[in-house]
Formats: sequence, C-alpha cells, structure tokens
Amino acid sequence: MSILVIAEHDNRALNSVTLNALQAAKAIGGEIQVLVAGHHCQAVAEQAAAVAGVSKVLLADSPAYEHRLAEPLSKLIATLGKDYSHVLAPASTSGKNLMPRVAALLDVAQISDITAVLSSDTFQRPIYAGNAVATVQSLDAIKVLTVRSTAFEAVAASGGAAAVEAVTASAVPERSRFVSEALAVSDRPNLGSAKVVVSGGRGLGSAENFALIEQLADKLGAAVGASRAAVDAGFTANDRQVGQTGTIVAPELYLAVGISGAIQHLAGMKESKIIVAINKDPEAPIFQVADYGLVADLFEAVPELMRQL
Amino acid sequence: MKVLVTVKRVIDYNVKVRVKADHSDVDLANVKMAMNPFCEIAVEAAIRLKEAGIATEVVAVSVGSASCQEQLRTALALGADRAIQIDTPDNPESLEVAKLLAALIQAEQPSLVITGKQAIDTDNNQTGQMLAALLDWPQATFASAISLSGEQLEVTREVDGGLQTLSLSLPALVTTDLRLNEPRYASLPNIMKAKKKPLEVKTPAELGVSLKAHTRLIKVEAPAERQAGIKVDSVEALVDKLRNQARVI
Amino acid sequence: MRESMEFDVVIVGAGPAGLSAACRLMQQAAEAGQSLEVCVVEKGSEVGAHILSGAVFERRALEELFPDWQERGAPLNTAVTEDRLYLLRDEQQALRIPDALVPPSLHNPGNHVISLGNLVRWLGEQAEALGVQIFPGFAATEVLYHEDGRVKGVATGDMGVAADGSHKHGFTPGIELHARYTLFAEGCRGSLGKQLIQQFDLNAGADAQHYGLGIKELWDIDPALHQPGLVVHGSGWPLQGESGGFFLYHGDNHQVVVGLIVDLNYHNPHLSPFEAFQQLKQHPVLSAYLSGGKRLCYGARAIAKGGFNSLGKAGFPGGLLIGCESGTLNFAKIKGSHTAMKSGILAAETVFAALTQEASGTDLQADFSARFQASWLYQELYQARNFGPALHKLGSTLGGAFNLLEQRLVAGKWPLTLHDRQADHLQLQTLQESAPIRYPKPDGVLSFDRLSSVFLSNTNHEDNQPCHLKLADPDLPLQENLPLYDEPAQRYCPAGVYEVIRAEDNTPLRLQINSQNCVHCKTCDIKDPAQNITWTCPEGGGGPNYPNM
Repeated sequence: MSILVIAEHDNRALNSVTLNALQAAKAIGGEIQVLVAGHHCQAVAEQAAAVAGVSKVLLADSPAYEHRLAEPLSKLIATLGKDYSHVLAPASTSGKNLMPRVAALLDVAQISDITAVLSSDTFQRPIYAGNAVATVQSLDAIKVLTVRSTAFEAVAASGGAAAVEAVTASAVPERSRFVSEALAVSDRPNLGSAKVVVSGGRGLGSAENFALIEQLADKLGAAVGASRAAVDAGFTANDRQVGQTGTIVAPELYLAVGISGAIQHLAGMKESKIIVAINKDPEAPIFQVADYGLVADLFEAVPELMRQL
Repeated sequence: MKVLVTVKRVIDYNVKVRVKADHSDVDLANVKMAMNPFCEIAVEAAIRLKEAGIATEVVAVSVGSASCQEQLRTALALGADRAIQIDTPDNPESLEVAKLLAALIQAEQPSLVITGKQAIDTDNNQTGQMLAALLDWPQATFASAISLSGEQLEVTREVDGGLQTLSLSLPALVTTDLRLNEPRYASLPNIMKAKKKPLEVKTPAELGVSLKAHTRLIKVEAPAERQAGIKVDSVEALVDKLRNQARVI
Repeated sequence: MRESMEFDVVIVGAGPAGLSAACRLMQQAAEAGQSLEVCVVEKGSEVGAHILSGAVFERRALEELFPDWQERGAPLNTAVTEDRLYLLRDEQQALRIPDALVPPSLHNPGNHVISLGNLVRWLGEQAEALGVQIFPGFAATEVLYHEDGRVKGVATGDMGVAADGSHKHGFTPGIELHARYTLFAEGCRGSLGKQLIQQFDLNAGADAQHYGLGIKELWDIDPALHQPGLVVHGSGWPLQGESGGFFLYHGDNHQVVVGLIVDLNYHNPHLSPFEAFQQLKQHPVLSAYLSGGKRLCYGARAIAKGGFNSLGKAGFPGGLLIGCESGTLNFAKIKGSHTAMKSGILAAETVFAALTQEASGTDLQADFSARFQASWLYQELYQARNFGPALHKLGSTLGGAFNLLEQRLVAGKWPLTLHDRQADHLQLQTLQESAPIRYPKPDGVLSFDRLSSVFLSNTNHEDNQPCHLKLADPDLPLQENLPLYDEPAQRYCPAGVYEVIRAEDNTPLRLQINSQNCVHCKTCDIKDPAQNITWTCPEGGGGPNYPNM
C-alpha cells in the first residue's frame, strides 16, 4: 500500500493538522508520501521531509496553487492519486473543499472526517453531529479520506529525512479566481472551528461578570461559548450558545466555567478532546465528563488561571 | 438566469437520534423529518436571487424516495418555481447523487447550482464538490455571502481562521454555510399554492445513470460515554496538567 | 391588514378529535356529492408531534369512522393480553388486586396497546387522502368574531417576532382563517378553548373541570422481560394521601410505556409529580421490567378528567369544542381517545347538517346536544360519572370500593351522583399546613433529572421569541407563591420551565422562566393557586417532537 497525504500549509509553514493526518496514514500502514502543492513553498516541503515516517515529499510549486483553490489542486491530486491506494487530507475547510472533488475525478467515494482506522479499508466516522458513530468500509480501489485532527495524535515533526521531488503542475483554465482573504488575526476564532473554547454558564451571575470569560478566552486565543442558561439569563449573545440547539463544538480544549453541565450542553461539547470544568458545586454533572475538574469559586480561580498562563 | 437548488430530507434537527438495537443504522421510525437546514439556506439564497431580479427561474431537486416530495413542496412553498424528484431508494451515496444531479443539469442547463454544504444526517460535506468536479465547474464552498456582477459571481467563504473571497465564472456551484442568510417561513397561502406547482419525477434510468455502491455501512453505534477524569486541587495543578499531561496549552 | 382565507370548516388541532371530525366531514360531503373545504391547523411541527397518551385504545369510534381500518393499516399492533392492577403499599410492597375486585371499566379485553401519536399520524394521512388541508407548524392564537358575536374563525400567530416584540428578518404575519363553522380540538385546557369557555360561559351549571398531569416515558426493555399486550395499572405509593395512578403497557418492538398520572387537586405544595414518577420506577412492580432497559422518550400532558359532571356546553355561535377540549375523557376507563374521536364524529355530523341547511339560524348547540345524548358516548360518560368524585371525596380505598360496587351492581345507572365542585387550583395547602416530601436523587439508571428528561422530548422553540407563558402579575410568584407554597411551579412543571434562582450570593431571588423547555402540558395554566399564569401558543412548530408517544 502507498499513501499520499495532502499537506495543509500557507506556503510558509506546514500546518500541524497535517501531522494528525499522517498519524492516520501510519495507522493504515504502508509507504507514506506527502504532497506539498503551493507557490514558493519550498520551505514547507522541507518541513514535511523532516517529519518522522515520511518516505518522500512531492512538491508542486506553481502560481496556480498559491491559494489552494480546489479546481486546479483536485486535477493535480487526481492525476497523482491513481498511483496510490489511499489519499488523505486533514478534514479542515481546505481538505473538505478539495477532497470530494478529487474523489469524483477518480470515480470513487470520499469518506469524510474519519476518527479511527480499523483496517486499510474500514474506518469510523461520526454521523448525526457526533450522536452516532458509523463504521464504513470502502469498496473502491483508491480510498479518499479526510481525517479529523482531534481524533489522531500528531506524529513527530522531526526525525525524518525524506527526499523532495518536484512534480509538474498541470495547466488549468482559470474559471475561479482568488480575490482576497481576511484571516482573523486579533479577533477571536470562530466558535465552531476554534481549537480552544472557553464557555461560561449561569455561575457567572451577570453580563458584567461574563467579561471574565472573554478575558480568559483572549489569553488563550480561544473562542467564547456559553451555556443556554447563561444565554437565557441575558449574560451573553445567543450566537455563543454551545449545545443541542446552539453550536456543536469539538475543540482540542474546552474550558467550562460556572457551567453545571445540563445534558443539552453536554450534547454540544462532549466530542471535545480535553474538557476542563471549573465549578464550585462538586456535584455538578459537568464533572462527570471533565478530564480535569477544579472545584473552586470561579471568581477566584479564573483570575488566578489568567495569571499563570 | 436559471438557478437549480438541491434539497435533502433528513431527520429534524430537534430530534435526538437513537441507534437501532441491531446496530444496523439509526432508528427513523415515526420521527419528524424535515428539510436539511443547509438546504433551507440554499433555497433562501436562490429565492433572494429571484427576488433581486437576477434569477428568472428556481428549480428545486431532491434525490430519494417519494417521501422527499414533502421537502420539495416546502421548497415550492418558499418560492421555488418547480421541483424534480429523482426517484431512488433512500440514502443514495454522495457520488451517485452527484452523478444523477450532473445528468439532470446537462438537461436543465442552469447557470448556478446552490447546495447545502452538508446534510446533518451523514455529515459528509461532499456532494456539492463532487457535482462541481463532474461538471468541471468552478466551486465556492461554505459561502457566507454571494453577489453577482455580469457573468462573475463573487463569493465569500468561511474558511478555517477567517474568510476568503473568490470570483467564479458562470456556470458555477456554491455550497451554503450557516451565516449566508436566515431562511424565511413558508406562509400558509404559499403552502396551498405550492400544492399546485409542477413536481416532476425522474428515474436514474431516464437520466442514464446506473447506481453503484462504493461503500458499505458495517454498523452504527452510539458514541462511547465519556468517563470522568480527575479532580485537581488548585489552579496551579490544573495548569500543570494542561501543559505537561494533556499538552493542549 | 392580515390576509384571510375562507373555508367551510376550520379545525384547530390535529389530534384524535380534530382529525376524526375532519375525516367525517369529508366522508359526508363525498356521500352527498358535495365539495367541502376543511382546514386543520396544528401547532406541532408535524401531525402527531404533540400527541402523548398511554395508550390502551378502545376501537369503537375508529370502527365507526373507518370500518375498514385494518385494510387501511391503522397502527393497532398489539392486542391487550392481560390486565393487572396493583396497590403499591410502600417502596417495596405491593398488593395485586384480584380480578374479581377490579372495576369492570379497568378491564381491557379487545383493546389495543398503541402509540396514539402514530394512530394520529395515520388519521392525518386518511384525512389528507379525503381532501382535508392540514397545516402543521401553524398555531391558532386568536379567536375571530363577527360583529354579532358569532365566531368567525381563528388567526394564526405571527412568525418571526423577536423576544422584544420587534420583527426579525423573515417576519411573516399570521393569517385569518374564516369559516362558516370552527371546531376547537386543542386538547385539555386549550388556550383558545379557555377563552371561549369564558366568553360564552360554557361551563355554567357544570362542576369545575378536574385535571391530572400525566408524565410518560417510552422504554426499550430486555426482550426476555417483554410480554406484548400486558397492561399493568396501579396506585398508592409514592402518592400517599393524594390521588393518581400509574400505568405500564407492553407494546411492540420490545418497548414498554410507563407513566404516572397525578391528580392536580393535590394538596401538598411539596409534591413533585415529576420526582414522584422517577421514584415510582424504582418499585419492584415496575423495575422488574425496566431494569436493564433504556429510556427512549419522555413527555407530559395534562388531562381533563372531570367527566360527565364537569361537561359544560360544547356549542357556541359559530362552532363547537370537541374532544378533551370539552372534557370527554372517560376517567373510569382512563381512556379519552375513543371518546374524543366520537365527539369529533358527532360534531362533524352536526356541522355538516348545519352547512347543508338553507337557514343559517341553526342552533348548533341544541343539535349537537341532541346527537350527543342519543349516543353511546353519553351513556358511557354518564355511567362513569361518579368514578372520579368517589376517589376524590372518599379516598382511593373507599372510593375504589364504591366504584367497584357501582359498576358491578348497577352499572352506573342509579340516581346517586357525587359532585366535586371545587377547582383543583384551590386545593393547595400552605407550606405550614403540609409535611415536607423528600425525593431520592436520580440514579441515572431508572430515575433521571428534569433536564435530561426534557432532552428526550425533542422539545425546541425558536429561541428569540416573546415568552409564551404570561404572568398577569409578574411579582406574585415571589411575593405570594414563594412564601406560601415555595412557588409550586418549580415542582409541578415536568419540564423545568420555572426556577426560582439567585444569580449570585447576596442578590435577590428571581423567577426564571425557561420557556424553551415547555412541553405544552398546560399544568401551570391549571395549577397556579392564583391562576396567575396563562399558557399561550408560542411560534408554530415549537414544542416537543414526540416519536411513537
């Protein structure tokens, strides 16, 4: 088996979600190669070559790939992909944009957001917003997959010494054109896709006190969430509601502050990788799902936490 | 300009799913079904283009058994002009749906296709992209804003960490994200009128597509219950665990 | 100006009564070769979404409406095979009542264990096939009147109104539905029916209506413990001193339904029907079946159980109240579906006759009353008239004995009638007069907390909308109900809508109304001691989404 992993990057640095996808590739087993497609992205190729377990890096350097538009990239990957048993990408917005297109060009299915590799053709993936887990077997010769990064540990970024091989870019007519990008730099990340989420509940007591959550989130570069009780009580806006009727999140770190953990809330965050709960009530249900629980008065614990971060 | 919009019948987003005891799938017996929320946004986007005088006709399409006509009627009540059901067993695979839609689009020749970014049952997030690939059309997924000038469609996309704006030449395909719009309610008189709007049924054979299985659903399980972790006794201990054990900060 | 639409008949509520009326109207029109425009509006997101009942179903009305119900695939899948009646003495002991001592009304040969929600879904399909226009997701929120006071129809609620009353994007104004006759089939304590009863003084001369709160769960159980068609009823623990009773029915697919009905004339403000139900499931008579099972669904609904003595007038100029809205449930049998259907059929026959008469001055009430009195429905309710009052006045032991004797010996035909005239909300005693009740903590296996229960009712309401639970005096809950009764809404609401909370230490208590949790049971509208709470319809499509309930 030979596996091609599509690197996620911004032409300057390899995005760490690629390392999670490589872990999934390792679980499948076989020779692992990485494709770095971009423009002026030699540095990324070198980083990819240094990753443990990568046997070869393919570098496609062309202005056509600068913004990682799906149309030219999918043609490139579909052409290269015919020689592999598996083509993987992180289930980022970029991977999700690209990989179904690759699969269609190869006339195979694409299996989205895998969270476990059971064998080289059988995978688990969440369905119904994580309320059920499907075990799916691919019947196609080439398996095109996207990988949920929080479900796989990152492989070591160093220790490898793969060769970098240039591949020729295919020319494609420009029917989609990049106009602009506005990446949030200082603003808080989007609640649905943030790596860290800090959520506040009714324990905050007031809209004024809810500012504490915002300060902690800024300290961590986190998105701000809230329980429905906090939203209903008017402490914060309802687009911050995490839960069954709000946003469903699965960040790497979820900090629940002053949230009791009603099941409606748990339904929206229980897929998070690490859950931390700070609550003064030791009986609060949130502690039943928290990896780390701190029974404390949040008005003391949160300022202390900010000092220590 | 003709706009084609796709609609999927899924379990209502308010309803909790339950895995069947035999793990063959989730139990959908007598549960409320509804139009996929992202498809509602797609329908709304198409209707707004029509109200703005840009679209001349909005065609709603669904792929599935006759029960999905209910969601097509909803699309008609919301303002679509006509509807087409492509008659297949329920839960066809994404690639097959894309092939059926591609064949229909060859006949219908719309200038713009709008689909939801994903359906809330399978959460695949792929049919729109596959369809664009099969048609060799440009795509703009996860759209949060659309504007059209001449033959150029400018779409703002929600990507990890921010927004990206693309310009596409028509014909093109757009998939909708949550913030693109807030769908309207179907009014009672419009629901009545929708019963009289044309709804056509086509078979895969009529479209020249034969369905093929690319995957096999082996089983469906409830997610593992999360176990309680540990209690730490101080903020210091918490920070230490997050740094050195969980390594998330 | 709102848009309006014209129909011959508008029916509010797609339940057993409303849909039976709709079907019967269309059947008569078809028989007479006439066209008829009948519209049903339903506040639930789909037909059946808000339907919750036990249910053991008696087929009589269904057979009259659709003699070929079997060929049409009516979902009556499980015939009753055995009846058991228990008196729970305490948390462990139970006395099984010998069959000879069980009142005949509680025997169920020939009946079926059904999901009323699924039967209603089927009825909806029959109605649509007959040409009825059903509009789920549209709540009737207003009764419309002609200038002469006759009911003209209803208006549906505006959609897309924000909590502060402003119009959100997508605001869609309500529609006026005008009809020659309007039937109200909202179920027990309907919000429009309540206004009509007041407007036309429909309950003059009748006893006060009495209510129970039914809380129900659907369970998947161990197939080895499942006995399709087994019907278990009982009373006693944990409701000592208050009346009520439980049910546990074995349906199909290895499922059982279990529930508790607590009479809302209860006295002790500490009583929590929800927690009593959770505690009840720990009793060996119930846990014997539930252990090892998994809870699938939860819901609650008030029932009108006053029966014959509480029946007011059904008719008013321009329409009729039907089904549980008018109080047709037979509490002696603990069944209201067949009686609701029959009242819908009778109403349809009354209205169809009125529609086809030249003169417009038909006295709907007089005609309906004559048809009602000539029907088996009247006989059945008359015979059962003393059942509830006997239990209320004599207690469950003596009252039960009275009911047994009355049914066995005279079949309800003697001249004695017991009355229970005091309304349920007046029965609440103060904290000082009552013994505290302690309920055990939920174990997460057989018993659960409120919020994880509401979660399984699939309840949702569009979040940014005006609160649909209106307080006449917003200060009364904290100023009166709290000191006198520890605000009983915190306990009688089975969905955790009402909470008295203190945001932070040292801040005053306040009443938080979590209206999004509301399962539309109407208990708050009934039981608030000051009648301070008015339940109104939230935006259409909101509320529970019960599957198979």
